[in-house]
Amino acid sequence: MKIAFLAAAAIALTATGVTAEIVKPQDVAYVDGAVATSLTGTPGNAENGAVIMNKGAGNCIACHEVTALNHLPFHGEIGPMLDGVADRWSEAELRGIVANAKIMFEGSMMPSFYKTSGFTRLGDAYTGKAHPEGEVKPLLTAQEIEDVVAYLMTLKYD
Amino acid sequence: MNRPQTLTRAIAFAAAACVAAGANAEPDTDQLVVNEEIEMITEAAAPAHTENLSTVYSGWRFRADETQALQMDDFENPAMIFVEAAAEVWSTADGTKGNSCASCHEDVESLRGVRAVYPKWNEAAGEVRTLEMQINDCRENQMGADKWKYTGGDMTNMTALISSVSRGMPVNVAIDGPAQSMWEQGKELYYTRTGQLELSCANCHEDSYGMMIRADHLSQGQINGFPTYRLKNTKLNSVHARFKGCVRDTRAETFKPGSADFVALELYVASRGNGLSVEGPSVRN
Ligand code: HEC
Ligand code: HEC
Repeated sequence: MKIAFLAAAAIALTATGVTAEIVKPQDVAYVDGAVATSLTGTPGNAENGAVIMNKGAGNCIACHEVTALNHLPFHGEIGPMLDGVADRWSEAELRGIVANAKIMFEGSMMPSFYKTSGFTRLGDAYTGKAHPEGEVKPLLTAQEIEDVVAYLMTLKYD
Repeated sequence: MNRPQTLTRAIAFAAAACVAAGANAEPDTDQLVVNEEIEMITEAAAPAHTENLSTVYSGWRFRADETQALQMDDFENPAMIFVEAAAEVWSTADGTKGNSCASCHEDVESLRGVRAVYPKWNEAAGEVRTLEMQINDCRENQMGADKWKYTGGDMTNMTALISSVSRGMPVNVAIDGPAQSMWEQGKELYYTRTGQLELSCANCHEDSYGMMIRADHLSQGQINGFPTYRLKNTKLNSVHARFKGCVRDTRAETFKPGSADFVALELYVASRGNGLSVEGPSVRN
């Protein structure tokens, strides 16, 4: 009995341990705009990253052109083309740029995808209504950031 | 105003421009003549108070040829049905006083030039008035009729009729004197980055006009063409309805059509287009 109870407690502890590893938006440590450690501890899934590049909260190709995603229509041209981006930036830098590009590029037009405070007239998604009281969800979850970063790491010229 | 890191941005843009060479980086060079008669100014030297632009362009110059063509002939322009509907309303009495617009203004042509100078300071009322506000003031006080909904069909149709008789005249909105503080308020709003996407009007329409944002070719967001028939929603769209959509798209709590904030923004945005022709009702996508 006692042993079983302890074992359950131990499992519970490990489980909490895993959740605790997800770095909250307000706790992300930026050094020169880069973020060295994974936000989740779980390796990113590049395939899912490619999906996020296209639509929903990511919609990166609204502003960026990516040759490898040429099968998708309508790439924007507000930001630089992302081909070869992994040759130009390290994984830590890319994580920082996707999480909050305004730290790497002051005043950037690029939205901050892992940020939950400091907005003016924050709305409830695209309804035009005020955001209700309570928790603000970042544009992308921690794991989605990792997935996008994993995808960006595949964008190499060689 | 608040425009940090122009250099970084300029570099990013230069990079983007290289990549996009050959794409629609600029407005096209087409000329707009409506009904082979009304010559529109779609490009003008930016007014001195439009500090960050050297040239202002009508949104017409950023549209595809097929969309542009629809505005070149009133028989093709889908907005003209709404102008005709408003022409009927113009001479139909409404309200307790038994008046129609025509009772006081006779022919709508008598209002030629009005669209070009609105929003405008009204001394007696002590406020900056949009055309919609003036129309509702006439309805309430001259006709004893109910106000129209600010962005409703009756209202937008009437602004289209009134605009149509000023087509070709240069927008010339006054921003000095008592209108100045409202103009400043509008300017402040224009440069404020709102919503979860933290984008300002200026981010899209000043820093990025001429570029593609997903499938949209960004214009300068000028309002000389309003009201606008949009192929997207197949109806006439008022200025404040458009502003509302753009603010909502930043994932922000938007402002109410007819609110002091949007009146101020309209005054400011209209003044950025001083020198462009009144085009309304125009056709956009
Ligand atoms: C509204 C426009 C916009 C959106 C949406 C956007 N970006 Fe950006 N991005 C920019 C701009 C502008 C820059 C250039 C940096 C600056 O502002 O100086 C940039 C820079 C970058 C860079 C650095 C590129 C280089 O070559 O230096 C990366 C990487 C990047 N973005 C990735 C993304 C990803 C991934 C997403 C989606 C999750 C995304 N961006 C969404 C506008 C955008
Ligand atoms: C995320 C980008 C974005 C932001 C921010 C934005 N707009 Fe727009 N706006 C667009 C797009 C896309 C269109 C459609 C293409 C065009 O006409 O530029 C548009 C169209 C317009 C038009 C219609 C122009 C015409 O010729 O019919 C006006 C007016 C306008 N915007 C004003 C504003 C104002 C004022 C603000 C700020 C309150 C604003 N926009 C913020 C993207 C934006």
